[in-house]
Amino acid sequence: MIYVDNAATTKMSDAAVNTMTKVIRETWGNPSSLYTTGQRAKEVLEEARAEVAAAIGAEAREIVFTSGGSEADNQAIRSAAELGKKKGKMHIISTAIEHHAVLHTLKRLEAEGFSVTLLPVHENGIVEASEVEAAITDETCLVTIMFANNEIGSIQPIREIGALCRAKGVLFHTDAVQAVGHVPVDVVLDNIDFLSASAHKFHGPKGVGFLYARKGIKLTNLIEGGAQERGRRAGTENVPGIAAMATALTEAVSHIAENTTRLTVVRDRLIAGLSEIPHAALNGDAKRRLPSNVNFCFEGIEGESLLLLLDDRGIAASSGSACTSGSLDPSHVLLAIGRVHDVAHGSLRLSIGEDITDGDVEYIIINVKEVVEYLRGFSPIWRDLVSGKKAFIL
Amino acid sequence: MALYSEKVMDHFRNPRNVGVIEDADGVGEVGNAKCGDIMKMYLKIDNDIITDVKFETFGCGSAIASSSMATELIKGKPVSEAMALTNKAVAEALDGLPDYKMHCSVLAEEAIRSALKDYERKQRGEDVPEEKQHDEDKDENRFCCCTTDTAGE
Repeated sequence: MIYVDNAATTKMSDAAVNTMTKVIRETWGNPSSLYTTGQRAKEVLEEARAEVAAAIGAEAREIVFTSGGSEADNQAIRSAAELGKKKGKMHIISTAIEHHAVLHTLKRLEAEGFSVTLLPVHENGIVEASEVEAAITDETCLVTIMFANNEIGSIQPIREIGALCRAKGVLFHTDAVQAVGHVPVDVVLDNIDFLSASAHKFHGPKGVGFLYARKGIKLTNLIEGGAQERGRRAGTENVPGIAAMATALTEAVSHIAENTTRLTVVRDRLIAGLSEIPHAALNGDAKRRLPSNVNFCFEGIEGESLLLLLDDRGIAASSGSACTSGSLDPSHVLLAIGRVHDVAHGSLRLSIGEDITDGDVEYIIINVKEVVEYLRGFSPIWRDLVSGKKAFIL
Repeated sequence: MALYSEKVMDHFRNPRNVGVIEDADGVGEVGNAKCGDIMKMYLKIDNDIITDVKFETFGCGSAIASSSMATELIKGKPVSEAMALTNKAVAEALDGLPDYKMHCSVLAEEAIRSALKDYERKQRGEDVPEEKQHDEDKDENRFCCCTTDTAGE
């Protein structure tokens, strides 16, 4: 199988598996216990915290371990909202292409009286810093903008946005779930106040993530019940998962430069190859995108059937089609970059991993071409487009 | 657990009766691109018997499988029997569909009914242009799921 759905999840690295099994076997104590077995687990936990912090330029005490990116997003936004409310600032700025962990939290806050501005993005999936700046008012307590988009890979001008938020005294959160371990992230240089990350996106285990909160910023507890994580997140820590996350992150960060160089070449070859398909279009910016992300819309076909047939040919990919999500609407991200429903249903996302070979790339291009052509062959929409009864959109 | 039954996958991978009948006696098209499903059925009818049927579908795996199964269920059958085909019969013949995909079987039922109505109109000598064979707004209200607020992933 050629696995090109690394934005959904990644395979754990051998080093991370080794760390995890070792901790499960040897350091199974409760880090809150005072005897030696517990304190050994505490050491493992704190070493992992220091390791994770170092990977993003933070200090250990600025890291809170969570169950993953969604929890970190929830906690960061809730915390900033509480702080804002105390000062009478109840306006939050975000974008139309955020993950639902952010969008749904904002929806909830709106119901609680906050006003939310969801900035539109350009056709390339990017919001410029000047547009964020123009939306900031005296009431704004938080700007929350994702580092890199999970569907179309567009990378936002995070450093600039962070700088202007800092200058205006507005807290800045970034959902960096797709970025950490894949592109350079430095919370100090990038002027970030809160950052969310998830281990299983960088070859760590599922069910573990972390929230970075700049020192001095008070976090709101989402889970009550104990003094773990210095009172910021109750519940006995997932020590094996956390330790494995630290191993995976250190490994991923140490390979960012070489992976970026190689994957960018692979990505651009895939983009060039798939661009040969008539009436197809790349989604997202050609250059300001993750080195691992390729996303296309193919007119006249539907994404789920494309995925199922690619699966038959040994290719595991993803789509923003309604039918692939269990929901019946196509991806909000594709709609936000201006793709109409008709073509948004025909999208394909390939998120490549470091193990991809040149042979895989050529195999993918040939098979996507064949399957798209096959499905178009009995698509009534395609017939109408080709016969001129309907106008091509792409 | 697999997303679809073996039968759905079989009809999806090897759809029966795919294509177009140029001199069809009845043609019906339902669904809309906005929702991600369009089915078009072509019927050849001789002496009240459906002698041939072909389909074209834009849609997900279950939409393609439902179209394929529906054509098999009516081929060689009298018009009255085809008219009575239900979405439930299509879904059952496929060994079931996931709940949120049941609308695909509804589309198959409606596509066949739409083609049969077109045939009946032609029999009565009414000359209806192809694109007016069905009321798009009505179809949209009936089948379009885009207007439903689904909670997402």
